[in-house]
Amino acid sequence: MNRPGLLSACKAMLQRDLTLAWRRRSDIAMPVLYALIVTMLFPFALGPEDTLLQRIAGGVILVTVLLAMLLALDAMFSSDIDDGSLEQLVLAPQPLAVMLAMKILAHWLTTALPLIVITPLLAAMLHLPASVIPVLLLALLLSTPLLSLFGAVLVALTAGTRRSGMLLALMLLPLCVPALIFAAGAVAAAQQGLPWIAPISWLAATLVLTLVLAPLACAVALRIALDS
Amino acid sequence: MSNWIPLWLHKLSSPPTFYRFAGALRPWALALAVVFGAIGLYGGLVLAPADYQQGDAYRIIFIHVPSAWMSMFIYAVMGVSAFVALVWRIKLAEVVAMQSAPIGAAFTFITLVTGSLWGKPMWGTWWTWDARLTSELVLLFLYLGVIGLYQAFEDRRQGARAASFLAIIGIINVPIVHFSVNWWNTLHQGSTVNIFGHSKMSWDMLWPLLAMTLATKFYYAASLFLRAQTDLLSMESGKDWVRKIAASESDR
Repeated sequence: MNRPGLLSACKAMLQRDLTLAWRRRSDIAMPVLYALIVTMLFPFALGPEDTLLQRIAGGVILVTVLLAMLLALDAMFSSDIDDGSLEQLVLAPQPLAVMLAMKILAHWLTTALPLIVITPLLAAMLHLPASVIPVLLLALLLSTPLLSLFGAVLVALTAGTRRSGMLLALMLLPLCVPALIFAAGAVAAAQQGLPWIAPISWLAATLVLTLVLAPLACAVALRIALDS
Repeated sequence: MSNWIPLWLHKLSSPPTFYRFAGALRPWALALAVVFGAIGLYGGLVLAPADYQQGDAYRIIFIHVPSAWMSMFIYAVMGVSAFVALVWRIKLAEVVAMQSAPIGAAFTFITLVTGSLWGKPMWGTWWTWDARLTSELVLLFLYLGVIGLYQAFEDRRQGARAASFLAIIGIINVPIVHFSVNWWNTLHQGSTVNIFGHSKMSWDMLWPLLAMTLATKFYYAASLFLRAQTDLLSMESGKDWVRKIAASESDR
């Protein structure tokens, strides 16, 4: 019997998750709609003053994207736990961490990427200057994978519990603080015409570190949560 | 080489032995906590001179600083015993880690409350988004996350293992809290008390602070012992040694 290689296993995993996500397209649209509606509420609550909206736009968009991703995080492993395919994945000969990294990638592609795509629209709704939008997109491209990776570890930890929604928020939000600070710092610096490369570099460095460690931590957490 | 220390530690990790050990030490720890607390509070609130700049308001440090130290110390204890619990699967280490979390959360809460009470007259604000204050707040949320995750599982040992893992992930925050005043220019003052060098504090004010530190340490020990005893009893209920204790209690 010849075992499929690691690369083809990764490809199969990614393909399976993306296909499943595509079959449930409305689930992909939900976080996007959520982000649009939350952003729309801010001008109503604070008044449609251009200067005020411009000043808060970067932070509002970052927090909105964070919350929208939190909504979708719960579903990362839930269907796989229900039908038992996650147990099969744990038993598979391929390293669990690599398989989970593929699942996280698929999740990022289906939840974070649509949010990043509509970010210019959100920015325009809050009158963010067009020159800042590339920096905002760069900050989001670096910070959303961080959230997916942190989130995956915590979702794996709560895999054995029933009510995990609020608990997940309680655990994830403190861990997101550094990512949020650096991303917001970069946007604020760009808005004031200051160099913004330092916080972006910090974000990139954190992402590289997390990219290596989080799938391993996720595998350990999943083994703890499923071991009963 | 004498190997009685590892042997003794090994024996101590069995629930009945630790139950008796904790029961024997708890009154002493509690008594020492009360004595040192009384000395420290009397020294700090009555004997120590008023600060030349802050007047009497500075006296809140005799509560605030020991609580802040404990908030980090207990997290470190929790992290180490969580590591032991995950690696060697020692039941007692799980109990110590999980029962430390509420005590640590309480100390963190006291730190934040006393800090903001002091901040109002001194800084003119209850709260500011300064690095140390924010990281201490994150510490509180980490404690609450650990407690919440532990409670969310139906199986207690599984919950303890999952929460232990979260505690280990969150331990990265402890050095951030500790060094935040050195790394960033913050409103919160830098460290004044230095264990290995010259402290920038008059001895009249320092000794009550050290007495309060000892008091909080002993209080933690006493509280942890009582919590661990209770938890061990409910976890091991049905085992012989618990039945014997229950029988001797009902005989009285």
